[in-house]
Amino acid sequence: MAGKTLFDKIWDAHVVDKIKGGPSVLYIDKHLIHEVTSPQAFAGIDSRGISVFRPEQTVATPDHNVPTVDQHLPIKDELSRFQVNKLTENCEKHGVTLYGLNHPYQGIVHVIGPELGITQPGMTMVCGDSHTSTHGAFGSVAFGIGTSEVEMVLATQCILQPKPKKMRISVEGELSEGVTAKDVILYIIAKITASGGTGYFIEYAGSAIRDLSMEGRMTICNMSIESGARGGLIAPDQTTFDYVKGREFAPKGEEFNQAVEKWRKLKSDDDAVFDKELVFEAADIEPMITYGTNPGMGAKIKDHIPTVEEVDPATRESYKKSLAYMGFEPGSPIEGREVDYVFVGSCTNGRIEDLREVVKFVKGRRKADQVTAWIVPGSKQVEKQANEEGITAALEASGFKLRQPGCSACLAMNDDKIPEGKLAVATSNRNFEGRQGPGSRTMLASPLAAAAAALTGRVTDPRNIN
Amino acid sequence: MSIEKFQNIESAAVPIPIENVDTDQIIPARFLKATTREGFGENLFRDWRYDKSGNPKADFPLNNPKFSGAILVGGKNFGSGSSREHAAWAIHDYGFKVVISNFFADIFKNNALNNGLLPVQVSDNFLVSIFKAIEADAGTLIKVDLEKQEIRLLATGESEFFQITPYKKECLLNGYDDIEYLLNIKEKIAQFEKSRT
Ligand code: SF4
Repeated sequence: MAGKTLFDKIWDAHVVDKIKGGPSVLYIDKHLIHEVTSPQAFAGIDSRGISVFRPEQTVATPDHNVPTVDQHLPIKDELSRFQVNKLTENCEKHGVTLYGLNHPYQGIVHVIGPELGITQPGMTMVCGDSHTSTHGAFGSVAFGIGTSEVEMVLATQCILQPKPKKMRISVEGELSEGVTAKDVILYIIAKITASGGTGYFIEYAGSAIRDLSMEGRMTICNMSIESGARGGLIAPDQTTFDYVKGREFAPKGEEFNQAVEKWRKLKSDDDAVFDKELVFEAADIEPMITYGTNPGMGAKIKDHIPTVEEVDPATRESYKKSLAYMGFEPGSPIEGREVDYVFVGSCTNGRIEDLREVVKFVKGRRKADQVTAWIVPGSKQVEKQANEEGITAALEASGFKLRQPGCSACLAMNDDKIPEGKLAVATSNRNFEGRQGPGSRTMLASPLAAAAAALTGRVTDPRNIN
Repeated sequence: MSIEKFQNIESAAVPIPIENVDTDQIIPARFLKATTREGFGENLFRDWRYDKSGNPKADFPLNNPKFSGAILVGGKNFGSGSSREHAAWAIHDYGFKVVISNFFADIFKNNALNNGLLPVQVSDNFLVSIFKAIEADAGTLIKVDLEKQEIRLLATGESEFFQITPYKKECLLNGYDDIEYLLNIKEKIAQFEKSRT
């Protein structure tokens, strides 16, 4: 019998039951919730007259809909305030741990899970948010679910899921200077398209992936969903164990050592069979950016936007519509376009390492006058660390505006909106029409490329700045 | 709480022949502040449907009186993007019972099924036939028979078999939801927990 993939090992160990001609009953170790996709699930529980089955396995924080200024004041927007209060009420009523606004652990769900040590190798994790795939960086099976499924987890700690197919994407070799994890994932999505991963769970492997920090691995797994995949994961190794060690909810002392012994076994067998295998060369990857309205529409910053003839005939109508929205000419160069906004933040690139990268780049320089540059830390802990390391002060001196933790302009549910027609270089993960506010135009890139755009006021290959 | 039982339908369809229709278009994030499941239909495709001042855009199919019916037809990779179930709620709340595409995003498909909205995945060719048939006659009728797992263009008689797992088919036909199923096996879940420690 062929060996098992890492995904199979974790999945199979969590199957409670299998329905004939249907999905599996999958047991969930950790469940994260936030204010936007949970109220209807709690309402469902209440109307059934049942309680939360394992409240200690769910952790809540408000992030999508919170303001990123004056967080100490009551939320001004009435609907947002109501929604955030509803989360508090629901958590209190059902005994779920909540890191509310102003709690030192509050932040974007996918930033706080790892930084608190809630996320650990070998687990199954879900959240009513597609970027739950982020947690796969630790060698866990983590994926986003809808609100009905949030209700299932609250009610029974299980969901019904069909088992996805498995794909392995290996990136071999060494990344060149100025090329980051974000460029790797934008490159992969540009290659396989925004639907190339649909139906699959992706394992990322290869030397370039193993060489990445945990933050870099999280960036990669985070954007698995942008290829259509359900999630992505990376086999845990010493880098993983070192990151988890000592964190608030990580096992301690002898328990930690025992856990590591178990975690070391979490890898795909040599003879494991994947439904699909792809290999990319690290040396081919350069700083990337998107030019269209889905994350698969990405290219090297120094490339041109494809001409209509260069794209698949079947997709030409959608392609033209997308470029018309962006106001870009097919075939024109990407670099040099004037930028109005720069947004550094989100669960893709709002971690301390991302802020460090940006500050290394801009320290002692001034952002271009016409650019509004927002930096939004992914969590209270990131914010605190940035203050302590002098990052906040240095960025402010360069003309960047630091806001308080939350999803912010990544989805623009709060007031952090890119105005209509304005062009933003963003470190987040989605460039859909209107994603950052009605009529906003988004180019997705790495924190380095975002910093470069802030300094020059134009789309710029970060390697051109010395 | 169970879902609405799915009845076979014969209906005209509203075409949105665009690829990668993402959940931010189906229901933009700024309308996700509600804490109930109702009312999202009003803002379905908000920014494609209305201009800045809130006036309907005449060229968008939902605003075109020519098109009506309980079936929505979209291009490849329909429902990509976020996991917001609000997208399925909005489509269902607007009055659609079936969404047709040649390729659905995974989470959207699950969300739709959990709300009694049937995603029908057809072949590339059949999708082209559907768009053509609607173009020729906006009122052309499409029949969706869940029991037989068959979709049929009544004008031409062209038909195709579509996939759905036997379990989900049962659920839709009888109005069962997954939570009831899970609640019934809680003992088994508790035993599973014990077996792991
Ligand atoms: S930062 Fe953006 S992508 Fe991440 S959870 Fe928040 S809204 Fe979703």
